[in-house]
Amino acid sequence: MEMQPVKFYQTGTFTVGNRLLAEQERSVQANMDRTNSINSGHRACQGCGEALGARYAIDAAMRAARNQLIAANATGCLEVFSTPYPETSWQIPWIHSLFGNTAAVASGIAAAMRVKGRRHVRVIAQGGDGGTTDIGFGCLSGMFERNDDVLYICYDNEAYMNTGVQRSSATPAAARTATTPAVGHDPGNVFGQGKNVPLIAMAHGIPYVATASVANLRDLERKVTFAMGIDGARYIHIHVPCPLGWGSLPADTIKIARLAVESGLFPLFEAEHGEITGRTKIRHKVPVEDYLRLQKRFAHLFGDPPERARLALIQAVAERNIARFGLL
Amino acid sequence: MLKQTEGSRAIAQAIALCRPEVICAYPITPQTHIVEALGEMVKSQELGRCEFINVESEFAALSVAIGASAAGARTYTATSSQGLLFMAEAVYNAAGLGLPIVMTIGNRAIGAPINIWNDHSDSMSMRDAGWIQLYAETNQEALDLHIQAFRLAEELSCPVMVCVDGFILTHAYDRVDIPDQGAVDSFLPPFEPRQVLDPSEPVTIGAMVGPEAFTEVRYLAHHKQLRALKLIPQLSSAFKAKFGRSSGGLIRGYRVADAETIVVALGSVNGTIQEVVDEMRDAGAKIGSVSICSFRPFPLAAVRDTLHRAKRVVVIEKCLAVGLGGIVSDGVRKALSGIVLKGYTVIAGLGGRAITRASLKQLFEDATNDELEQVTFLDLNADIVQHELEREAKTRRPGPTAEAILRRVGTVASQIG
Repeated sequence: MEMQPVKFYQTGTFTVGNRLLAEQERSVQANMDRTNSINSGHRACQGCGEALGARYAIDAAMRAARNQLIAANATGCLEVFSTPYPETSWQIPWIHSLFGNTAAVASGIAAAMRVKGRRHVRVIAQGGDGGTTDIGFGCLSGMFERNDDVLYICYDNEAYMNTGVQRSSATPAAARTATTPAVGHDPGNVFGQGKNVPLIAMAHGIPYVATASVANLRDLERKVTFAMGIDGARYIHIHVPCPLGWGSLPADTIKIARLAVESGLFPLFEAEHGEITGRTKIRHKVPVEDYLRLQKRFAHLFGDPPERARLALIQAVAERNIARFGLL
Repeated sequence: MLKQTEGSRAIAQAIALCRPEVICAYPITPQTHIVEALGEMVKSQELGRCEFINVESEFAALSVAIGASAAGARTYTATSSQGLLFMAEAVYNAAGLGLPIVMTIGNRAIGAPINIWNDHSDSMSMRDAGWIQLYAETNQEALDLHIQAFRLAEELSCPVMVCVDGFILTHAYDRVDIPDQGAVDSFLPPFEPRQVLDPSEPVTIGAMVGPEAFTEVRYLAHHKQLRALKLIPQLSSAFKAKFGRSSGGLIRGYRVADAETIVVALGSVNGTIQEVVDEMRDAGAKIGSVSICSFRPFPLAAVRDTLHRAKRVVVIEKCLAVGLGGIVSDGVRKALSGIVLKGYTVIAGLGGRAITRASLKQLFEDATNDELEQVTFLDLNADIVQHELEREAKTRRPGPTAEAILRRVGTVASQIG
């Protein structure tokens, strides 16, 4: 009989196949007992990074909380695609109030659980980058500084996708959006703007802050599980590619997310009480071009001739992240 | 128990007696004394089993209240003026979600120009947000209305604003009868939410609703207020049976039986109006007044029943629909549809301008003689207005209006009420 080499890793990735692991080492998502908290039938686009990230995050949170979980949700894609009236994907108690108040609504739920002696019921707030880094920022900061017992998860797809791809304060430099069109001098989003909410969260001194990516779902599950084991305000910022807004192939969502990490543009790290406690090292560093080329929102950088100067500026952002977080 | 106390303290006492579980607040004058008192009661454990949360804005205050109420906690907050505007989006949302939050409004003007004194511009701006709005005439009624408000809110699953004139009531020391805990407990049962976020019975709250169902959802919100029209008088009667005094209800008439002239108003100014009515009655005038307690729902039938025999109606409004005139007047006119009588709108007490007995008496006499304009601004200083209009006409860039008027007026303390 011919020998078959054992493929421990999937081709081109470092993802360990669940079937090759012992039962207890498998991911929450690989387990038949997973709760499917956000169930099938929702209206997310093909290849939606946010739907994937939310599925892994909430199921992991449910397992950690022994199914005693309530979620508050900001207005945005996740809210809209999961609750087309009269249907809902949510198998957990779930409330949507407004775009900018999700952290505060979650604080209120946590206060109600505390006063009723039901502290075993845990609270998650979730929103996109617009609902988190822009319009919901005041309530988010308030929830952080009071150290309210809430895990806030931001699904960052780097623009207002639900309203038709407009710029947010999480939109990267040079990216084309509907409000930073690829026309005129220096087309796309301007350089030197935007805010880093994970670092701002750390500045509040809250117990736990982490970044995560849908390219590394085991790591995402681990971070959510760890966060659920802590009391007080916690923040996880998940990078979730958006095929519609980024102009990428739905089949490339994971690949693009991985290139963001491997290029250094989206550093994966953890912090406790304001101090960085862990980072995910880059295994095979790639130039930012590898990441940018797969997305039409950056297509204007690759004309004839390509915009070498601005590509160098984006590469410099990656190098700064690599040095700052010690990613190599 | 009778007690000489500040209006805000009396309200705080009433809230504490209602056993709230979550109180959240952001400070704004003149609401502050209410939430300060409650914060102290929670910290000292005088008010047990209650979370007091200091938030970073009014928008957050009502948002925390939304979360707490949806999670099944009896929830209270309070605000005024700009604060109410800052939370406007959440005001509509709390009503849309049908959450029985009770909120005190320490009524205050809205800027610009910035002004901390009393009028009804703030709560009137939210009159169509879906909240029930009750206006208190006295400190005693303010106290009593809050106890009724929680029961009303929770029976209907609808938020209630109790509107209390800033400073005039909130900061006035008056004798109030504070009920005992047992009586309040027997009037106000524990909160049993009609919808609740509970892992043992997961529900989705706040889903996207399209054209196929939005009208029905909104109609049911209206229907809820129509039910409140019946429930508010019932609760007022039940309250009287339990506590021995009349508070709340839809409207209250004062010497209206044979009145040819009836004055309509909301809130604390009714006390002054009644004194003037008495004085004019003594002189033989057929005048009476009506205090509207429930502005939302607006008691069209009760107003019509009380006013339809009058020859003229004078509506005193502590608010201004700029470019139109009155806000309360609109409801009153709707109530009197098809009935021919004279109707006058009087804008009074804006930004804390004192509404004096002398001014009201002159006003009512002018009304009785049908010598009023359809829209009148009580005690408007016509000279100052005229001077400013002329000054502004002289130059292309006259500069800011309010500051120019202030320079001309100087300080007139007697006009601060």
